[in-house]
Amino acid sequence: MAVYRRRYQAFDGGLASRGARALVFTRYAFRELLASRLFVLFFAMCFAAPLVGAAIIYLRFNPLGLKALQTTVNQLIPIDGNFFLRFLIIQTSLGSFLAAIIGPGLVAPDLANNALPLYLSRPVGRSDYIAGKLAVLVGVMSILTWIPIMLLFALQSGLAGWSWFAANLRIAVGIMSCSALWIAVVSLLTLAVAAWVRWRPIATLSVFGYFFVSAAIGTLINETLDATWGGVFNLAKLMRFLWTDFFAIPQLEDALPTGVSLAAIAVTCLVFLAMLVRRVRAYEVVRS
Amino acid sequence: MNDPTATHDSPATTRTPLMELDDLQVTFGRRVILKGLTATLSGASVGLLGPNGAGKTTLLHTLLGFHPASRGRARVLGLDVARQVVAIRACTGYMPENDAFVAGTSAVRLTTMLGELAGLGYRAALERAHEALTWAGLGEARYRPIGTYSLGMRQMTKLAQAVVAGPKLLILDEPTNGMDPPVRQRMINLIKEVRDSGATRIILSSHLLKDVEECCDEAIILKDGEVASTCNLEAERRTNKKFLELEVEGDSEPLVAMARERGCECATSAGGRLKMILPEGVEIRDLYVVAARHDIQIRRLSSKRDSLQEIFLKAMEAGNGRLPA
Repeated sequence: MAVYRRRYQAFDGGLASRGARALVFTRYAFRELLASRLFVLFFAMCFAAPLVGAAIIYLRFNPLGLKALQTTVNQLIPIDGNFFLRFLIIQTSLGSFLAAIIGPGLVAPDLANNALPLYLSRPVGRSDYIAGKLAVLVGVMSILTWIPIMLLFALQSGLAGWSWFAANLRIAVGIMSCSALWIAVVSLLTLAVAAWVRWRPIATLSVFGYFFVSAAIGTLINETLDATWGGVFNLAKLMRFLWTDFFAIPQLEDALPTGVSLAAIAVTCLVFLAMLVRRVRAYEVVRS
Repeated sequence: MNDPTATHDSPATTRTPLMELDDLQVTFGRRVILKGLTATLSGASVGLLGPNGAGKTTLLHTLLGFHPASRGRARVLGLDVARQVVAIRACTGYMPENDAFVAGTSAVRLTTMLGELAGLGYRAALERAHEALTWAGLGEARYRPIGTYSLGMRQMTKLAQAVVAGPKLLILDEPTNGMDPPVRQRMINLIKEVRDSGATRIILSSHLLKDVEECCDEAIILKDGEVASTCNLEAERRTNKKFLELEVEGDSEPLVAMARERGCECATSAGGRLKMILPEGVEIRDLYVVAARHDIQIRRLSSKRDSLQEIFLKAMEAGNGRLPA
């Protein structure tokens, strides 16, 4: 029907499935992100480190290249767990920074402008809304973290052969599982903080602040009680414990057992999820 | 891919009761907001009346599944609110009372997105968004961020987003809030147009009797979270059309005699004032014919109009919230 027909007309076409409706939040959020030149520029720059990594791997298997650079294989960084962990740390740091910048913009405006009643009066639930918004952060951080590092791993495996791949499969598992944990905890943290603060700049600052405050609390507990369990409050340190464990790198002195670290991260994720679910409602009810 | 459970073939015929409430109670903490509401409303458009704090918005939110019922049950278009809320939302368009939008977003973008959330494909949603916003009178302003809109334009945007997917049921919460008279009249006309299309039924919540009287054929009046009264406005209108007050100059006896002869109930008072209830088959024109024949001047003739106001005031005055028998 043409736009100029101004009489009210009911719609009698078919409707999309529920799954397709949940993806609407993700599509619109991505479209908004990609409309920002600053975001696209920063996002592109984030791939500098993996490109350097790819160049190093390539050089190790290219005698002509080494000769041209007047260097030897021994002078290059060895390709082992440490190599991949270094790149993973760089990428997750960049991913976390980006998540702290874009995450609050995904939910804070909706909550601040009371848009949730409009969304939730449609045939979508709160879980669809949260999943749709989380998918944006998971997508962006995946593209920045495990996907490029796994490509580096695949490049190294391709050039070094099957025996290297079989011997270092643990690294691939480490890349995937560490990235997944970090993406989950950072995504939930940024959305939960944004849902409570509802003001983008303050929410971004609060996300950064969380890492400092949690580290300070952990250190304070360890120092005052002469203990090591204060590390359960320090998110960055917990991830560090897991990374070194997964990549078979010697552990830090005050390292917590892997099970404890995993449990602490799972509890942290659940707390953030509960915070998020509590705020993502069509209407808040003031109870008395 | 189409979802067969969420098509527009949902049960929304005028035969299906629009809203069935069975001892519905909603509590916030220890505070009881809706106190055992029981009513069945089957009109094409139902008005929800009551003073501020009567529980109108809470009832609408409960029908949309935003608040769970602590007791009793509610059905909308035959669908149970507790178990089939997604199906209810699939065939419902909702216009909230408060401002609800994303400030930096244009009306087209927001309405398209909401159309897609309702289940339309992108192209259909975009086309319907343009249609709905143009129909609501936003014209070229539909490309501007909603944050720059006047209050009236925001209300129109909310109406447009509610109808974008062509819902079977339109829930309007105080649609004329804060509008000046011309814009209010435009809003009322649009609501009436939706109602008259026959494809969409309406629940309209308002504290303005005039809005409900103009747009609805049934009304439920809430007071302190209880049903104070329900009334069929269409039947009232039909009755009131037949209830006349006249003031005549000259001997009114021939007129009264003719009226009684044809089955009218008639009461006379001083000063040539008459009250009549016309039965079926007797028209006002017949009175003028008799008056002309007997040289009687009818100086004033009015039919009773303010029935809803009377009903509302009686409901509000009743101490226990119930209408006196």
